[in-house]
Amino acid sequence: MSLVYSEEHRMLADSARDFLTERSPVAAQRALRDQEDTLGFDPTTWREMIELGWSGIPFAEQYGGLEFGMKGMGAVFEELGRELSPSPMLSSVVLAGSLIGAAGSVDQRQDWLPLLIQGEKRLALAVDEGARHDPSRLSLTAKRESVGYRLSGDKVMVLDGHEADGWIVAARTDEGDDDVSLFLVPAGTSGVSTTRLWLVDSRNVANLHLDNVVLDASYLLGEPGRGKAALERALDHGRVCLAAEMQGICETLFATTLDYLRTRVQFDVRIGSFQALQHRAAWLHVELALARSTLMAALDAIDRGAQDAAAQVSLAKWKVGQMADRVGNEAVQLHGGIGVTDELNIGLYLKRLRVAQASLGDADYHLARYAELSQE
Amino acid sequence: MIPRVLVHPDDEALAGALRVKVDDKAKGKPMNDNDKDAFRQQVREWLEANCPPSLRTPTPEDEMVWGGSNVGFKTEDQRLWFERMRDKGWFCPDWPKEYGGGGLSRQEVAILEAEQRRLRCRPPQINLGIWMLGPVLLEYGSEEQKKRLLPPMTRGEVRWCQGFSEPNAGSDLANIRTTAKDAGDHFLVDGTKIWTSYGDKSDWMYALVRTDSQAPKHQGISLLVLDMHAPGVSVAPIHLISGKSTFCQVFFDGVEVPKENLIGPLNGGWSLAKKLLQHERSAMSKFGEFSLPTHFHLMPLIQEYLPQPHTPADTALHARATACAMEEAAYNLTVQRMGEEGQAGQDVSGLMAIMKLVHTEQERVKFEVLLDAMGYRALGWAGETFTDQEKAIDKAWLNSFTQTIAGGSSEVQLNVIAKRVLDLPDAPKGAKP
Repeated sequence: MSLVYSEEHRMLADSARDFLTERSPVAAQRALRDQEDTLGFDPTTWREMIELGWSGIPFAEQYGGLEFGMKGMGAVFEELGRELSPSPMLSSVVLAGSLIGAAGSVDQRQDWLPLLIQGEKRLALAVDEGARHDPSRLSLTAKRESVGYRLSGDKVMVLDGHEADGWIVAARTDEGDDDVSLFLVPAGTSGVSTTRLWLVDSRNVANLHLDNVVLDASYLLGEPGRGKAALERALDHGRVCLAAEMQGICETLFATTLDYLRTRVQFDVRIGSFQALQHRAAWLHVELALARSTLMAALDAIDRGAQDAAAQVSLAKWKVGQMADRVGNEAVQLHGGIGVTDELNIGLYLKRLRVAQASLGDADYHLARYAELSQE
Repeated sequence: MIPRVLVHPDDEALAGALRVKVDDKAKGKPMNDNDKDAFRQQVREWLEANCPPSLRTPTPEDEMVWGGSNVGFKTEDQRLWFERMRDKGWFCPDWPKEYGGGGLSRQEVAILEAEQRRLRCRPPQINLGIWMLGPVLLEYGSEEQKKRLLPPMTRGEVRWCQGFSEPNAGSDLANIRTTAKDAGDHFLVDGTKIWTSYGDKSDWMYALVRTDSQAPKHQGISLLVLDMHAPGVSVAPIHLISGKSTFCQVFFDGVEVPKENLIGPLNGGWSLAKKLLQHERSAMSKFGEFSLPTHFHLMPLIQEYLPQPHTPADTALHARATACAMEEAAYNLTVQRMGEEGQAGQDVSGLMAIMKLVHTEQERVKFEVLLDAMGYRALGWAGETFTDQEKAIDKAWLNSFTQTIAGGSSEVQLNVIAKRVLDLPDAPKGAKP
């Protein structure tokens, strides 16, 4: 067990930071927003990230991966957070890639993983149906027919779901009401449509509508009615990467806020000399430190294949979420009036944090999940 | 767990000093692997032959052996273990043999400690003199002082207590007013010390006293050692909200202290106090290793007291308790991370600065949740209706208040983080709050 990044991880993070500040700084995200870019990310930058090898980090060499583990992925996501850099890394590589790796047949893994790693195809994961994330509440059904399945229903909050090359749709089938079947639905399939959502963070998110979509059994990912464990595993990979992204965002926000406290003068003194503000800043330092420990433990648990990996992931998403609420709110408040202007990047970070918080389970969801997992 | 017996005053500058790394210069000749293995084997055999099996368990608080003139043993094994370690010089394994120590090098001590941990040997005795004053005496004491004061420590004959805090010198420790006036061949000490752990059971005290009332407050302080049985010394135990405590107030009424009991330079006590508190820190970590933590596991207790099926109120309580347990998990992981980062040679001062604050604040919240969940069962003060555990939880809740105050209050900890870790500016001199 190790709660620190290795020398190699740190070197990866350093090079990622250099690349992102140069090629994908916050200013670029602001421009994407102002242009109302429907894709929500820059394909050229995404291609460069792939060339740097980031999309291969968690995968086995046989698929063109680097076998650098979740910790390697976490190190990159922290940096993506610092520059608010959008890409299909979470949706197509971490979520869809992990799910195909965990649930797919040998052929499906062979067919799809190299395409995802090389960025030839972009897949999105469609799970949520209600306003809040809860994969246990699936009602979209796949009815068995003579030649295959008929799917009807709606999915919401599909990350990078707009203009994707396909979607992995979680559905109920007759095989087992309690379990999950996973369908790989290619773009262009008759009866599938998306609605691009415009969320506060301007990223690519879509709702997915399936109207009598007919698929034969070859579109099933793995066995019917056997997808639950693989889905949870893939979601956990996504959750820990979101936690890493949020940690990166919050460390950046905190550094910016400290700079402001050290330089802003009111009442003829620097406001950072006021004890009331010092104590609030000190608590943020505490929260960031605690959150980082849970993040490292979750990354490590996944890499070790630890039995309690799911509980560790929930602990991290919960703790990082708690911390992020506090850091985000305080960053705005301690900046005062300038903190609520669009001129500063603070607001961009705050908005992204809010979306990341709601994605794949918020703090309340993961508290309940942790309690449940701890009782098992 | 911050042990109650090792509470130091709350001064901010001193709390900051705790962050200074204790000098870890390797002492003695470096050992090669063969030397190490041979020494390890030797130590292991000796410990296995001499540490009674009954003492290879964690130490409950009421079974700690405190060295001193009135040392008491509950079992014959405790006496044997005490005497064997004493005769080996291993109460103070790294001190020079001429003062009664074991004369071991730092590497040898590390091996000895590792073997003691491996066998889970209890400490043969606990003594503040050895842990805190001794190292300062070795570094700053005169030869005469070392010869006079150290050997009785190494034999476990003297129990020491610490005289730092005063009624008007808590968080602002340098504000002490106990005076030591020059009276020719001795000092005349008048004043009072408070929060002295085991003041009523100790033989000697090391104390900060004011030797120059004109100088700026940090510069008129000296470190004295004095006999608690001397005429003019009186001790009153302090009763806390949790009941009986180990804390005492000590009064000095014209106590004559010989001049040779001044440690270090006259008016140079402040920097020695900082040194002492650095040793307190490493002592505390050892103490935590050995003692049986008075720890109540939250979630099992919550399951025990919240009836199934949960009402909405039970569900809300359960969520609060889960949040506490998760915060505690985050803290434990942070302790572990700090250890790993330290081993990797990274700067851990930013993490070290949060530990006491986080742990003590979490404990207080935890007991609040526990009390809520247990209802009237957690409110029992005495009587047979309540189990020992229930009454202990009640007392532990009340005791949790002392933890966020003693040893540098939470507010002092936050000041230290703001100034030393985050580098936020000081308030301008003379600024009114």
